[in-house]
Amino acid sequence: MISCILKAKHKFLIALLFAVTASFGAWAQASDPANVATKGVEPEATAAASEPGAGADPAVISAGQALFRNNCAACHSAGSEVVVGPGLQGMSQRRNEAWLISWIKNSQALIQSGDADAIAVYEQYNKQAMPSFAFSDDEVKSIIAYVESGVDAAPAGGTATAAAADGSQPIGDQAIGAIGGYLDIILVVLIVVLIVLVVTLLLISSILKNYLNKNKQLDEYDHEIVNQRFDFSKVYKSSAVRTIVALIFVVVLIDLGLDKAMGIGIQQGYQPRQPIAFSHALHAGEHEINCNYCHTTVYESKNASIPSANICMNCHSQIKTESQEIQKIYRALERNKPIEWVRIHNLPDLAYFNHAQHTQVAGVECQTCHGPIQEMDVVYQYAPLTMGWCIDCHRETPLNTKGNGYYDNLVKLHEASSKGAFTVASNGGTECSKCHY
Amino acid sequence: MQDRIKYWKGIEELENTPEFAKHAHNEFPEFLPLNETPGDSKSSQVTAPRRDFLKLLGFGLAAATLASCEAPVRKAIPYLNKPVDVEPGVANWYASTYFSHGDYNSILIKTREGRPIKIEPNPMSSVTPLGTSPRAQASVLNLYDNNRLRTPLLKGKEAKWEDVDREITAALNGVSGKVVLVSSTVASPSTKQLIDEFGSRFGSFEHVTYDANSASALLAANGGTIPGYDFSKANIIVSVGADFLGSWIAPTPFAKQYIQNRKITKEKAVMSRHYQFETILSLTGANADIRVPIKPSQEAALVSALYNSITGQGGSAPANVDSKAFAAAVRDLNANKGKALVVSGSNDPAVQTMVAALNQALGAEGTTIDTAAPYFVKQGNDAQMLRFIEDLNAGTIGAVFFYNANPAYDHPLADRVKSGLAKVGLKVSFAERVDETAALVDFVTPDNNYLESWNDYEPKRGFLSLAQPVIRPIFTTRQMQDSLLTWSGNTTTFYDYIRNNWRKVASGDFNVFWDKAVHDGVLETGASMLKVSPVANTLTAASAASAAGSRAGGSGIEAVVYEKVQIGPGYEVNNPYLQEAGDPITKATWGNYVAMPRIMAEEMKVVQGDVLRVTTANGKTIEAPALIQPGQAPGTVGIAMGYGRDLESMPVVKGLGANAFPITTVANNSVSYSSVVKLEKTDATSPIAQMQTHHTIMDRLVVQENTLANYQKDPKTVTKYIRIATHDGPVKPATISLWDDYEYKNHHWGMVVDLNSCIGCGACTLSCNIENNIPVVGKAEVINRREMHWMRIDRYYSAKEHEPKDYAEMEHPADNPTVIFQPMMCQHCNHAPCETVCPVAATMHSSEGINQMAYNRCVGTRYCANNCPYKVRRFNWFAYANNDKFDYNMNNDLGKMVLNPDVVVRSRGVMEKCSFCVQRVQLGKLEAKRENRRPKDGEIVTACAQSCPTDAIIFGDMLDPESRIAQVLAKEEGERAFHVLEEINVQPNVTYLTKIRNLA
Repeated sequence: MISCILKAKHKFLIALLFAVTASFGAWAQASDPANVATKGVEPEATAAASEPGAGADPAVISAGQALFRNNCAACHSAGSEVVVGPGLQGMSQRRNEAWLISWIKNSQALIQSGDADAIAVYEQYNKQAMPSFAFSDDEVKSIIAYVESGVDAAPAGGTATAAAADGSQPIGDQAIGAIGGYLDIILVVLIVVLIVLVVTLLLISSILKNYLNKNKQLDEYDHEIVNQRFDFSKVYKSSAVRTIVALIFVVVLIDLGLDKAMGIGIQQGYQPRQPIAFSHALHAGEHEINCNYCHTTVYESKNASIPSANICMNCHSQIKTESQEIQKIYRALERNKPIEWVRIHNLPDLAYFNHAQHTQVAGVECQTCHGPIQEMDVVYQYAPLTMGWCIDCHRETPLNTKGNGYYDNLVKLHEASSKGAFTVASNGGTECSKCHY
Repeated sequence: MQDRIKYWKGIEELENTPEFAKHAHNEFPEFLPLNETPGDSKSSQVTAPRRDFLKLLGFGLAAATLASCEAPVRKAIPYLNKPVDVEPGVANWYASTYFSHGDYNSILIKTREGRPIKIEPNPMSSVTPLGTSPRAQASVLNLYDNNRLRTPLLKGKEAKWEDVDREITAALNGVSGKVVLVSSTVASPSTKQLIDEFGSRFGSFEHVTYDANSASALLAANGGTIPGYDFSKANIIVSVGADFLGSWIAPTPFAKQYIQNRKITKEKAVMSRHYQFETILSLTGANADIRVPIKPSQEAALVSALYNSITGQGGSAPANVDSKAFAAAVRDLNANKGKALVVSGSNDPAVQTMVAALNQALGAEGTTIDTAAPYFVKQGNDAQMLRFIEDLNAGTIGAVFFYNANPAYDHPLADRVKSGLAKVGLKVSFAERVDETAALVDFVTPDNNYLESWNDYEPKRGFLSLAQPVIRPIFTTRQMQDSLLTWSGNTTTFYDYIRNNWRKVASGDFNVFWDKAVHDGVLETGASMLKVSPVANTLTAASAASAAGSRAGGSGIEAVVYEKVQIGPGYEVNNPYLQEAGDPITKATWGNYVAMPRIMAEEMKVVQGDVLRVTTANGKTIEAPALIQPGQAPGTVGIAMGYGRDLESMPVVKGLGANAFPITTVANNSVSYSSVVKLEKTDATSPIAQMQTHHTIMDRLVVQENTLANYQKDPKTVTKYIRIATHDGPVKPATISLWDDYEYKNHHWGMVVDLNSCIGCGACTLSCNIENNIPVVGKAEVINRREMHWMRIDRYYSAKEHEPKDYAEMEHPADNPTVIFQPMMCQHCNHAPCETVCPVAATMHSSEGINQMAYNRCVGTRYCANNCPYKVRRFNWFAYANNDKFDYNMNNDLGKMVLNPDVVVRSRGVMEKCSFCVQRVQLGKLEAKRENRRPKDGEIVTACAQSCPTDAIIFGDMLDPESRIAQVLAKEEGERAFHVLEEINVQPNVTYLTKIRNLA
């Protein structure tokens, strides 16, 4: 009986081990596609396009949206909440269009002309002067159209930052994540069923054995078969088993070592403490300030550039002036000592990367490489920034050729010679001297 | 059988010396650079014991493991208050002017994040629109020179400006005796006016101007200005010792003019003919169609004979001067009156008076000499300087200021200057470092670098240009003009002073005018501001002729002191880029030498590198190694100025070469740059770091040239094309191939180098060095044949190889060879031999025709370099950055500021080579993509093409039918276009155009 229980225990353990390994492997496989999905182009751009405002021309609205994000969003929300100036929702009901145009173009002139409304607004918001904007009338109208369209307020979330407000990951990721969740449940159920099955079988076998032993009608030979024992010492004494175990051990060790070695220098997840507790979640997420407002050169230079203190002062000369963190900026300005941020994304010198090429020309969203920056209170390195990661994207991503005269002829040539997508790689985007010189 | 032209790179190759043969068979120096002193065979035998090796290995491994645990924390520091027009990562360009001792260039300065990193020509200028001089290219590094003074000096000690100002003002108020400001040429109208105003306070003031390489006689013969030579209008150019393409007067504008009339096409198959009579083989002589070596003492006789021949008095070539060439020159000059120009580099007033008369007789004035626009780039008056030195010694000078002047080093009477200075009460130098003169003065009030200063220039009457600061002064230096203003008690800044001064030439709203002038960098409305004092010539043509007759053709060895193209008179010698650039002719770097003809060397039993003792007429001796120079006139030697500095403030050149100024003498109230010397061989040897024999050509067809006569007859015959014999008859090598061809869809970058336009000045090499962060390796490593230049100008000597029957009459080919220059860089072969041998695929072909080099993948097998038929690959034998063994600009934080942030600094053990300036190609494409268009032709140019003063290099997209390169290639196909080593069928993307000579 003891031996029987022992035996049962062993069998159970082996089965359990097997089941766990199987489920682990399946889980690993399931998580892989999720990773791939996040590497792709952000799907939100399409979401934004499919969400036109009611009634107005979508082109005008999107133009207005761009203008709003780049120029107004630092001080105004498109809703009703007050940032620095009033929320703009319903502004065309409150004021007529001509007034709005002249106010936006030069608010000080309007105030000095003695306009009662203008003075009232000026008084109401702590005499904070609104800067003049050199917009054309049409541009102002497009901004108004955008604010009135309520695109931002739409539940699906048109913009990247709105998507962030949902607290969601990119859509593709979500879907695969959901499937992954189901798989886990199914697996657990299967494992439980398997365990029950094994236990049941073991019980049956022991009951049968007991029954047969009690029967005593068995001859010597049968008795031996029923009561045969498995000698486990043979297993661990077997040289084949020992070799296999040793091999497995070595392979695992090498694998671990290689994994670690390949990880040297990769700072994915690097999240240093910064000298000022600046929150992207607050600025880019909650307040939806466009990235370009602070990272001014992201569309024109290789560097996205870290904002200089005078950009902070655009708002923080008025807002939250008593905050400890903001005080640090004042001190830096007073002492004429620049703020030393800790650099998170460190590309090696040998690799050349140009933001303008990716943002302006290719139209890649910031989040593709920087992750859900609008949710990060403290920024961390989202992408591994390895060459393999760069190359993967260059291989998979189709070129953003639309409306760009540079590519017109190339697209034709490509279509004439190949059926595949016109990816970055097919235009030489994986050649050494694209990034190394 | 037609005479064959034989090319060789140096005497060694021509004569196949044992040293050369050794190198030829062992092209790559193989001794490993493990020992500290490479090439030192003794120490290379010392090997590290095995246990030490293991210890090091173990320690190294542990250290590496520890180091890899934590990545260093890097900081990102933004501006506090970002200037509006500075965008990190985006270059800004400012128009400005480089002017140094006659070398004038209107330039654009590229700055990144507020620091200047590159100089390019200013296309708005009509004087120097194309390229820059080599020195202008390298000048950006002068700004980051660690050895510039950081504060003013008071009696040799660092001081504060307030103290210095106070003491100088006090001394000036109580000055007794004459106040003198000694300067080299001041071509700045505002500075000149300011100096006059400064001097007007004193009872007796003089602004003494002298030039280290003087043109005093030329000025005297032409009323105080340099005639407005226009080489582009001349069909016949006769130069007697004037190196107008390299170092004489204004080389950059002259090169541009000269080459206008030398570029030929089928439609315009004419070019100027250029005769050069000279002593040393100069850059200009190397470009001449007919070059005749003469002794310096023969110059006067030659010019006088030319003068007599042209004016019909009958003259014949002086003795020992090639009479055939002389007669041809006279014939051509006579036949081209009104289209001919004669220039002379002599500083003998008699010679220059005759040259002026000769030009008048040729009708040059108003045609090849623009009388309305003389040059102002040299104004030095030798007589005035000599008078000053006498006054100095007489003790009548109360105060002296030195501005861009170093007479204690570069004047023939340097000793008299030194002795006289002791008698002066107030001595001030504006030198940027403690030079020979500044070491003798009480106050050194360092001037800003030109990149930190406002200035204006008038190089030529009616052509104004501005210089603007592109960076704040790095050290606590102050612009010389601001110092003068302060000491005159004037509180305006020099910026306001210039601005005010320019109101004279303004039109319309001044602010608009000024902004445009600063933006353009030049003002070419014909308005003139610079005042030059006229100099009356005491000689007439007749008296000059008789004076010239009395100039004895001396006996003994005549030594000539000349200016090197890169080194100049010696003010910018502490620049490692210039030191390593290599002389265009001798290809020697790092130091000067005694250039002597072969015959003299054989007579004296001197071999190259033997140190010679040169004893001057006044008994001084200097020692320098001998260099055997083909083309050097018999009985003469040449020694370059600018070397022999023994100053702590010039560590780069300390102890290099010898000071040649003691050889110069004073004669006829002017400085003479040649004199009779005695030469002795010493036992010492000193190797010369020459670059030209580093590769061999093994008699292969590499450069091609032909005559104008042949070109005019049939342009299709001037270039020799190698054909491969097949059963279908001879075919182009490119038609037979083992390889699949690349398909180019987007761009196909290519380069055309016109050998007819290339004058060999080397501005491209320097431009390439600075653009691509190419390290300086120093003299020892150049001797080891490990220079890193991506681009070199191969200089080939050539002579006709006669049939054996002529052998008896044959001159030695090295006595007066012709010279041809060939810029050589990576040829970006379509079937590149380097790509196929790289075991790690570190070098490969791009879809745009560029042969790429991925440094980080390179493991340093050097297979590629071994397999490169053009020998253009360079191996990093050492880490050249942050290495005390290579203490040049990459070893200090300030010097590193010059590095181009878009190009990586290569590490030890990797191969590198010309990249076709891929960073510029990528940037140009990006700019086009950002504007939703294709790149425009001429928008993307390599550094070498942009800096070429003669437009010899064309870079562009060969797929774009509108591009200049595509059109030139289509036109020259089968005529002048050829690939180097076409027969090996590597199909380069660099095409050369055959040189055409206009032989008499």
